[in-house]
Amino acid sequence: MSTVSTRKPSAGSAKLSAGGRAARRRPLLGRNPIGLLFSAPYLLFVLAVFAYPLVFAFWMSFHDYFFAAPGAQIDRAFVGLDNFREVITDPAIIRSFGNVGIFLLINVPLTVVLSLVLATALNKVVHFRTFLRVAYFVPYVTASVAVVGVWLFLFNGSGLVNQVLGPLAPSPTWLINSGWAMPIIALFVTWKQLGFFILLYLAALQNVSEELYEAASTDGAGKIRSFFSITVPGVRPATVLVLLLATVTGSNLFTEPYLLTGGGGPNGASSSPVLLMYQRGIEQGSPDTAAAIGVLLVIGVLILAYVQRKLAGGDES
Amino acid sequence: MNRTQKYLRGFVLALGAFVFLFPFYYMVVGSLQTSPDPTVAGAFPNPGNLTLDNYADINSRINLLQGLVNSGIFAGGVILGTVVFGVLVGYALAQLQWRGRGVTFALALLVQVVPFQLLMIPLYVLIARDYGLADNYLGMILPFAINSTAVIVFRQYFLQVPKELFDAARIDGAGELKLLWSIALPLVRPALLTVVLLTFIGPWNEFLWPFLVTKDAALQPLAVSLANYLSNVASSAANPFGAILAGACVLAAPAVLIFILFQRHFVSSDIGSGVKG
Repeated sequence: MSTVSTRKPSAGSAKLSAGGRAARRRPLLGRNPIGLLFSAPYLLFVLAVFAYPLVFAFWMSFHDYFFAAPGAQIDRAFVGLDNFREVITDPAIIRSFGNVGIFLLINVPLTVVLSLVLATALNKVVHFRTFLRVAYFVPYVTASVAVVGVWLFLFNGSGLVNQVLGPLAPSPTWLINSGWAMPIIALFVTWKQLGFFILLYLAALQNVSEELYEAASTDGAGKIRSFFSITVPGVRPATVLVLLLATVTGSNLFTEPYLLTGGGGPNGASSSPVLLMYQRGIEQGSPDTAAAIGVLLVIGVLILAYVQRKLAGGDES
Repeated sequence: MNRTQKYLRGFVLALGAFVFLFPFYYMVVGSLQTSPDPTVAGAFPNPGNLTLDNYADINSRINLLQGLVNSGIFAGGVILGTVVFGVLVGYALAQLQWRGRGVTFALALLVQVVPFQLLMIPLYVLIARDYGLADNYLGMILPFAINSTAVIVFRQYFLQVPKELFDAARIDGAGELKLLWSIALPLVRPALLTVVLLTFIGPWNEFLWPFLVTKDAALQPLAVSLANYLSNVASSAANPFGAILAGACVLAAPAVLIFILFQRHFVSSDIGSGVKG
């Protein structure tokens, strides 16, 4: 799921171009055509599992598509933007997009702040380093389905959280309260994914020069000041990546509303677009509508990613 | 660094560890309770309230062993595909000159940002309907068969092997497959373990896709059968939370144990190599 290494390969591509210059008269398929053979299975896989379905999804969203018996020849009429019209006039779908907006507003800032703070603290610690690293990463390696069970137990009406809160507990309780269901899901996902982002920030912190901190402290800057003036700008490329990944993961939300709130309840207050894609597309048999939701969702994510990139200023890095 | 700041840092880190670990502790305790005890005292194991019945209970509703085997086949298939084909393409990308190399590498990066939600419906139509691979291990494995992150990791490791080593062997007349098998592979053995671990977690925890393509309970990975239990039949069990938590422990244990055992192989530099600016 992660976009690993977009930076490192620059060394490799430099090597590549040098090699290309050396072998000026290279044959049609390159000097080692067997490389193509080695890569053929992967290329076929990408074609079959990514490229073709991607085109298919766009095609489907502009046609009247429905499930039919395998092999049956059916004329799928081109319907232009009808599927999209259906999507944007459906209040339940609009609501699910709004829900994801709420989710991202809570989840993304919380993820960035908490993972950076914890990574910075973890980076300087001497004792228990391994233990802490493992502790933070464990939720990330555990299946959502498994930890959802515990959260249900913790947040149900008579659960531990309400026992501790006593009269402060909201009524109706968290997951069946339309105001709290989405924030709880956002907290859950933040908690579960945080370890991965802490790890990303830890790696990024290794590249922030120690001398900068020493210079700042000589100039009389305190810890807080050097955190904001050195650490935060120093890990900016990581922040851009964290923003992007958290947004993509968040818009993929499915398992949590499906299980934590029993399919997007109460009354659609925690439904997500992907959940509706499943309900409309597969349960109710209109894959064309589902494909249109998917296309709109991806366009939304792309716009968000672009805006974040502009705001976080990742271009110059 | 002064004392207050040091204590503050320690406190923040400890609080973080508590928040991350407590639900897991609570999962184990909850799975052993005869009757669910959601009070604060219930967070501490009470010998009078401990039982293994919940495990027997969940096992009678969903076949835990079968679920574990299915999850294992799913994860194993993905690992096998990733290691075999990922090594080939990673080696080709790092050490061989061929037309289309740049495009292939760009694809491997691009594929990782293609959102699954857009592919979900067409993949379902293709795999479950057109190819008839619903309720089939192959259909489960296919969309994850080669992990692109692993391809990048392999390429990264193969880049570190000096080219001269291969050139020398080529002069001695070794074929490319032999080079890969007897020179490249032994040198990147640490990468192999990292890739296997990274790849394992994905399919083991994956819910959405196997949930879509498996309706036959005998073929469902444990995550899917546990989720179905959670959303359908939990209300009919004597101690639904106990049973759910018992199932959750069984599902979580392999991934958590493997992670703890091999935690030093989840190196931040592998996962975070993308952010070195």
